[in-house]
Amino acid sequence: MVAGFLGAMTGLGGGVVIVPLLALAFKIDIHYAIGASLISVIATSSGSAAAYVKEGFSNIRIGMFLEIATTLGAMLGAYLATSAPTKIIAIIFGVVLIVSATVSSRKRPPETKALPSDPLAVRLRLDGMYPIDGEMQVYSARRIPLGFGLMFGAGTLSGLLGIGSGAVKVLAMDEAMTIPFKVSTTTSNFMIGVTAAASAGVYLSRGYINPVIAMPVTLGVLAGSLLGAKSLVKAKAQAVRIVFAVVIAALGVEMIYSGVTGRL
Amino acid sequence: MAHAKLTRSAQDTRLDRQIGLLLRTGTLVSAAVILLGGVLFLVSQGHLVPEYHVFEGVPDHLDSLRGILSGAFHFQPIAIVQFGILLLIATPIARVLFAAIGFAVERNYLYVAISSIVFTILLYSLIRH
Repeated sequence: MVAGFLGAMTGLGGGVVIVPLLALAFKIDIHYAIGASLISVIATSSGSAAAYVKEGFSNIRIGMFLEIATTLGAMLGAYLATSAPTKIIAIIFGVVLIVSATVSSRKRPPETKALPSDPLAVRLRLDGMYPIDGEMQVYSARRIPLGFGLMFGAGTLSGLLGIGSGAVKVLAMDEAMTIPFKVSTTTSNFMIGVTAAASAGVYLSRGYINPVIAMPVTLGVLAGSLLGAKSLVKAKAQAVRIVFAVVIAALGVEMIYSGVTGRL
Repeated sequence: MAHAKLTRSAQDTRLDRQIGLLLRTGTLVSAAVILLGGVLFLVSQGHLVPEYHVFEGVPDHLDSLRGILSGAFHFQPIAIVQFGILLLIATPIARVLFAAIGFAVERNYLYVAISSIVFTILLYSLIRH
């Protein structure tokens, strides 16, 4: 238990690290690992939201609208996870880890220019403003059905694997819906907690939230995010990101190997 | 048009700020409850070495709202931890409800409806199984 707390404290945080850590290093059943991870994902999202809110980038309307997709997806994912064998989950988890390592090491795309609004976005009022170089820039979402569909997928992954799947959410908003990157990342963080809450409900009522495991993980992640958040934000150098991506990819390979050989 | 957008943006900011405060408070309260339960749990049975890789599910009463509440009410340490976890899950759900109220104040009925859908999905996930 103490080790679990320390593991979460190392600052890596996030579901992508917690589940492999609990499952591979502590030999905890992957379903309980995912349950504990979901709780820590909620804690991180809620805990850090206050800081993001102050910046005024997040768009609550876009977030709320897309949460219909993510929460439905999250419930589907949670149902799948609670009935799927450990082996399958471990392999999917490994694949997602490797993919997300590739995505996170990629460079951030340049800011897109203002494009004509999508009629559906106008009807749903999926627009907003954000400060850029001290000026307020108006933006509007586009390709809503594609973004909505991707969000459903992000929710399913989140519920299935106990991760925030923030990368997929940012991808859906930033690349598919052409919402500015800063708005996408902060809104995504806002959505992660609500999405995780939907699947956590399913895990809880099916008995997969074990307080003895969730307690140290959650407290560790909370302490880590309260103490370490500031320093981590600053340490965003390219080198750190590459190291992180390599670690994630290695964990992914290990998960697939363990899943295939049935060691979990 | 531009004026309408500006007004909306100001309201967005106020709503955002209140929601941020709600999330932070919810998180801190849950963390305090989890910590309290955790300390009580360690004091009462920290000497036991638990077996973590063979699981038979959590005790029956810890997977339902009623069970958790009654356990926490009787000061069972592990139920207090679970109650804290429940509070943590409830925090984002409360934020959706809070947003719905905020949209109602703004007379943005489309988003009252959207928030209500999300809120219903969340309640369903927590209650009906």
